[in-house]
Amino acid sequence: MALPNKPLGELAAVANPEVVEHDVDVLIIGGGMAACGTAFEIKKWAPADMKIKLVDKASMERSGAVAQGLSAINTYIGDNKIENYVKMVRNDLMGVVREDLIYDLGRHVDDSVHLFEEWGLPVWKLDADGNNLDGAQPAPKLTEGGKPVRTGKWQIMINGESYKCIVAEPAKTALGDENIMERVFIVKLILDKNKANQIAGAVGFSTRENKVHVFRCKTALCACGGAVNIFRPRSTGEGKGRAWYPVWNAGSTYTMCAQVGATLTMMENRFTPARFKDGYGPVGAWFLLFKAKVQNGLGEFYANSDAVKGELEKFMPYGASAVTPTCLRNHLMLNELKAGRGPIYMATDVALNAFIDARKATGMDEKEVKKFWKHLESEAWEDFLDMSVGQAGLWAGANIEPEKVGSEIMPTEPYMLGSLRSG
Amino acid sequence: MNAKLRRSNDLMVLNKEEMKAYNQEPDACWECYSCVKICPQGAIAVRGYNDFVPMGGQVHPMRSSDSIMWTVKFRNGNMKRFKFPVRTTAEGAANAYPALKCTNLDDELLSTEKQLPVPTMVAK
Repeated sequence: MALPNKPLGELAAVANPEVVEHDVDVLIIGGGMAACGTAFEIKKWAPADMKIKLVDKASMERSGAVAQGLSAINTYIGDNKIENYVKMVRNDLMGVVREDLIYDLGRHVDDSVHLFEEWGLPVWKLDADGNNLDGAQPAPKLTEGGKPVRTGKWQIMINGESYKCIVAEPAKTALGDENIMERVFIVKLILDKNKANQIAGAVGFSTRENKVHVFRCKTALCACGGAVNIFRPRSTGEGKGRAWYPVWNAGSTYTMCAQVGATLTMMENRFTPARFKDGYGPVGAWFLLFKAKVQNGLGEFYANSDAVKGELEKFMPYGASAVTPTCLRNHLMLNELKAGRGPIYMATDVALNAFIDARKATGMDEKEVKKFWKHLESEAWEDFLDMSVGQAGLWAGANIEPEKVGSEIMPTEPYMLGSLRSG
Repeated sequence: MNAKLRRSNDLMVLNKEEMKAYNQEPDACWECYSCVKICPQGAIAVRGYNDFVPMGGQVHPMRSSDSIMWTVKFRNGNMKRFKFPVRTTAEGAANAYPALKCTNLDDELLSTEKQLPVPTMVAK
């Protein structure tokens, strides 16, 4: 584990920095998952003498929204029908989708997941008795018939702390270190002076040296993530960094491409996830893996109430779908808050104790129950530690043990996504 | 914040009087812990944001090439430790398929794909 590109020490800014020019055929701007996928793939197709350069404002090993890790992969088709995946996404986003893109994502995603597992990403598996094995325990790979641990129909669980490091490694090998420039922040795309609508290059600056870099290229990929902090975050003061989306996703994909007249497709989608309050911890595993339910401030599990059913009927056919669309779940939550029945809690205590009680009911002895609980507790904490460490810190700072007390959740502020989760 | 101390482009900056580094812009930190995990001296620690974790408690990782150990220190002094795998292969072992070359741009296959599913029904 090498320490990537050490800082050179503090430099005072200069009025006339050195300008360095580069000539390439293909310019890849960004170093996150999309850029890494491109770096891996492009070398298989490009002629050997084609000059390809990747420019990343940070360090590929941890660049992008997957820097912190992930505890699940949201889409693995496996034995499912891709058509049903299209249907699920269409329902979840209430019809405002491009079905062709969803189908296309669905038919390519498994091959990528298989590569990730081959490269070393630990994928949870089910053993013969239906128990969860973490991704380091011996089990057949997905391509060898291994059964992933499903949470819901589409997600699979992983030990994903190093997800990005694992994916960046073959991307860097494929492209070669000499074709990768890290710590260079591209801020402007340039059009061809003579040919309309033709990209001609990009300009950026080093975050390590007093240098401006100008790239001339024949084509470019701009994959610099989505946009955080377009909408004021709920958090305040120094806590503003604890946004759901990474604070370094400055919206430059959107801005730079818009400035040169690119057509934007899908990126205008404002995504508002429900998350644990303040810590922005993920809720997916709590809903799908631990089968937790939400409670309003009166202690009511409001999701199945008559009032809610009536409200959902206003949004047919989406209100009738088996899994209530994300935006309608947010809408119902906001209705509870507006009616004075907040705050909303994820009943983590009820959910975890239900697992323990079910084990006890099967006649499992005390020692085995204790062992089972240790594993379950570890899974619950890993969900945060793999992808939202700050939430674990919030639990520690508030003395919250999820088996004893629930935690508040609420819809976040809206975000504009790059690639992360937009599938 | 002292303007002179703020000129570096990095979030982490050395206070030369104290000879200790600190995060000069905590509101521009995502608490992703990448710096904590990579520091070869284990010298970086993170506390929760004052706005909602004002009374202490800490989470600290120790990452090796195949696993990560987390120590969770509660405000009341309780402690929990968790260890999770992070990688099943040796660092550097991921196959970049350097010899793989593709030529057919019309079949829509990515380089490592053998065949693609085709739609079998209308997603009504």
